[in-house]
Amino acid sequence: MTTAITDGWTMTRRNMTHVVRAPEELILYFSLPIMFVLVFGYVFGSGMQVSGGGSYREFLLPGVFVMTMLYGLGATATGVALDLSRGVVDRFRSMPMARSALMTGRSAADLLRALLEMSTLLVCGLLVGWQWRQGVGKALLAVGLLLLLRIAITWVGIYLALLVRNPETVGVIVFPAAFPFTAISNVFVSPELMPSVIGTISEWNPLSATVAAIRELFGNPGLGGDSWPAEHAMLLAVLWPVLLIATFAPLAVRRYQRLSR
Amino acid sequence: MTTFEVVAEGLGKRYGPTRALDTFDLTVPAGTVHGLLGPNGAGKTTAVRILTTLLRFDTGRASVAGYDVLRRPDEVRARIALTGQYAAVDEILSGRQNLELFGRLFRLGRREARRRAGELLERFGLDDAASRSAGEYSGGMRRRLDLAASLIRTPRVLFLDEPTTGLDPRSRNQVWDLVRGLVADGTTVLLTTQYLEEADQLADRISVIDAGRVVAEGSPDQLKALTGGDRIEVVVRDAAELGHAARLVAAVCGAEPELDRGVRRLSAPVVDRVAGLVDVVRALDDAGIAVEDIGLRRATLDEAFLHLTGHRPDDTREPVGAGRKAEVA
Repeated sequence: MTTAITDGWTMTRRNMTHVVRAPEELILYFSLPIMFVLVFGYVFGSGMQVSGGGSYREFLLPGVFVMTMLYGLGATATGVALDLSRGVVDRFRSMPMARSALMTGRSAADLLRALLEMSTLLVCGLLVGWQWRQGVGKALLAVGLLLLLRIAITWVGIYLALLVRNPETVGVIVFPAAFPFTAISNVFVSPELMPSVIGTISEWNPLSATVAAIRELFGNPGLGGDSWPAEHAMLLAVLWPVLLIATFAPLAVRRYQRLSR
Repeated sequence: MTTFEVVAEGLGKRYGPTRALDTFDLTVPAGTVHGLLGPNGAGKTTAVRILTTLLRFDTGRASVAGYDVLRRPDEVRARIALTGQYAAVDEILSGRQNLELFGRLFRLGRREARRRAGELLERFGLDDAASRSAGEYSGGMRRRLDLAASLIRTPRVLFLDEPTTGLDPRSRNQVWDLVRGLVADGTTVLLTTQYLEEADQLADRISVIDAGRVVAEGSPDQLKALTGGDRIEVVVRDAAELGHAARLVAAVCGAEPELDRGVRRLSAPVVDRVAGLVDVVRALDDAGIAVEDIGLRRATLDEAFLHLTGHRPDDTREPVGAGRKAEVA
């Protein structure tokens, strides 16, 4: 048990060293949400309505927070696939280290990264006029929810990488897989303002539940809708990441063990 | 009594309908270098992956450093090191960070890991590049770093999976010297290679593998002897006289020589080395045939391999009969 923790921590440090030594990737992952904030907040935002009224940029930021967590899928999956394709994983597996460390190390490092991304985005948000209005406690709860989502995404990413193996393929799959989740959701536009079918899909998109819960905890505008998922947003925002973890963590572990088949 | 550091008995491994390994046997005595020689896809890497606990097998039994590979993989892992075909180092980390990382995972303390990393970087001539990313290293440097990572804790058994594939001759010689040094210190080495020269240079014993089976096993000299031994080679000055020379050599050696007209050379098997050479020289001299070069040549492992498997050890799997340039006179 202690070796699992020590080795997991060693692997976490390894992955964090990657961030420091090859910051290009991190910059890429930072610049995307910041661009979304600027483009939607300032270019399209002037024509955007918020259902129930309020500032569009304040409406937008929680959506971008959630989107950033989701796009972390790319970083996780590419990182794991790179390890697998370069033979480093074979070296790790031939060493007397805890076999879990590869995954726990990845998971912990991605969480630390997400914290870094979140802090940067929070500062960006404050600069463009976003703020939390319900006190520090609820704001921290919101951050907690976002990190929970990121952990779930990490396990999906690890499983995806073990399934596909080829880092280039992973890179090609991730964005088209993740983008529809953000496009047809309440990230940029309230579902009530969408054509009916798309609006319904958006309402039931699990990502929308997280965004709605985050908006509520931060006290940002854009709540609303009387659909069942909108009314149970908080519950769903906790439940679906937990479900993802409960599904994909065992799948990933099994897939990892099957490397020796 | 000899202790065997690697023992494999009747190992079998299939991927669907393909038999990657088929009743594979191997014993490697402590302190020796054993070469697994075979073409791509012969099963060399599969065997190494099984013995290093990376891969399960379907049938048979295997133990390494005295421990059963299936039942006690952790004990095995604590005593082996693997340097793979694709240099398995972290490409983003620096050389030093790589060695420190592997040191930590080998349960060295932070200070000890740092000290050992510095020591190995110096020994492998990497101290100037210590803080550069391993991804920027040349092939030879990366291979040396990979080997250094395997030596953080001196392994009892070192597995080298095609350690010099893709290296230039100078880097290859460096790797060979490093391996010799390790063996001198008592490490047992299992080496896979498709280079006959490499097996000849490093290995005490060689298993020739083809299609998942060991088709021959022995010392390099024993394997060479399998081809039928030594040959006499003659290069004549005038190509027109090659046919005549061949008839004379055939009479002495009692076998039809192989001719290579392009280089005006013939070669024939010879049983009694010295007497055969003297007789051939005399016969050619009596016939007045001008000879540019003449000599005895020991059989090479290349020929042994060809003889045993029907094809050359590089990537071709087809029989080489048709491609063989030499023609029989």
